[in-house]
Amino acid sequence: MSTEAADTLEISLQVNGAPVRRRVASRLHLADFLREELGLTGTHLGCEHGVCGACTVRVDGEIVRSCLVLAVQADGARVETIEGLSAAGTVGALQRAFHERNALQCGFCTPAMLLAAAELVERQPDASREDIRRHLSGNYCRCTGYQAIVDAVEVVCRAHRAGGIR
Amino acid sequence: MKAAAFSYVKPRSLAETFDLLERHGEGARLLAGGQSLIAALNMRLDTPRVLIDLNGLKELSGIRVDRDSIAIGALTRHRSLELSEDVSQHLPLIHAAMPFVAHAAIRNRGTFGGSIAFADPAAELPACCIALDARFVIRSRAGERRVAAREFFKGLYETDLRPGEVLAGGEFARSGVPYRYSFQELARRHGDYAIVGVAACARIGAGVLSGVRIAFCGMGPTPMLASAAAAALDGRACSRDVIAHAQASLAQDLAPFDDLYQTAATRMHLARVLLGRAIAQLTTDYEY
Repeated sequence: MSTEAADTLEISLQVNGAPVRRRVASRLHLADFLREELGLTGTHLGCEHGVCGACTVRVDGEIVRSCLVLAVQADGARVETIEGLSAAGTVGALQRAFHERNALQCGFCTPAMLLAAAELVERQPDASREDIRRHLSGNYCRCTGYQAIVDAVEVVCRAHRAGGIR
Repeated sequence: MKAAAFSYVKPRSLAETFDLLERHGEGARLLAGGQSLIAALNMRLDTPRVLIDLNGLKELSGIRVDRDSIAIGALTRHRSLELSEDVSQHLPLIHAAMPFVAHAAIRNRGTFGGSIAFADPAAELPACCIALDARFVIRSRAGERRVAAREFFKGLYETDLRPGEVLAGGEFARSGVPYRYSFQELARRHGDYAIVGVAACARIGAGVLSGVRIAFCGMGPTPMLASAAAAALDGRACSRDVIAHAQASLAQDLAPFDDLYQTAATRMHLARVLLGRAIAQLTTDYEY
């Protein structure tokens, strides 16, 4: 990248395993880039200032708020969204558990909730219910009251711990 | 909302960063983790002309343990602090505070230096740095200077940083003497900014506290050092009267204000409760 400040920049990144190259405005955040430029509308925008968590995606393997990362900052990064993680089966067990436990109603928070939960299942499969609540505290759900979500994540953590399916 | 238009640049060295700061002056903002800055841009609370992205400056990242001190680079992510064995061993107060710093997705991105330079009075790390008597390393074209944490925070979101300067990191002394610590916080939702938080550390011997340092977040325009409360505890055995006296002394130390959710009186009450819990943790099951 040049060391002159620019209003638009050319970026190259990997999105759900596929290479992407685009010229983007400096001010465009990653969530709008994914939604508007790439049509990946599974990443939702709720508050757009980092409170609701609905825009959670993975950048270089870690969950981040895509409304608080600029598209230009994702240059050279590996980005994964709910579309990619669903297709790869990465969040399959969580999706099934959410379905079985009725852990969603309107579904607006669900893609981000799955991504946040998946990080916990991978990093801390022995998480207690309290740990699960703490880890998901950054993701708002306005329908379920969280109980069923915590149930679903707990089931998957337990299965993961037992070396079961993911 | 969407951010107003700005230009973006990612320097490859601190020298380039100083050039850019000189060229763009007050219209420029430094971008570290962006977890407060980009939110402010999205809400158009701030409309800089240029964003200077520091994330290419690897020399500002990482945790280094020397014989006498521990250094944390400004670009060190919260998540790295949370997981660091060195932090857990040498700066247990910061280790204890990290789970309270926002949410997992924000800790993956937010940085130590960003939190210090933004100087939100309700944030955890500024209070920890004051309690631990940290020094901040500040670089500019002219060179390097160091400033004590307690002198760095000047007012609401106001710091000692001058035009052309970059916060490079923090330094913490290794005392060699084990100290006890406690971090306590109340928030409406886990991970939200604190209504009140307290960072406390002290040594303890024969039930007597010494070297007590206590700092609060959410209790004034800056992180607040509670000197009167610390003095009330220092050199004393922690009887019920001593603790009550320390709690009462907080009125001299803190300057809370009313907001939409809590009155200043409520915050002061909560600060006294949290101080009681912190003292209890400092003095429970102590080892010589």
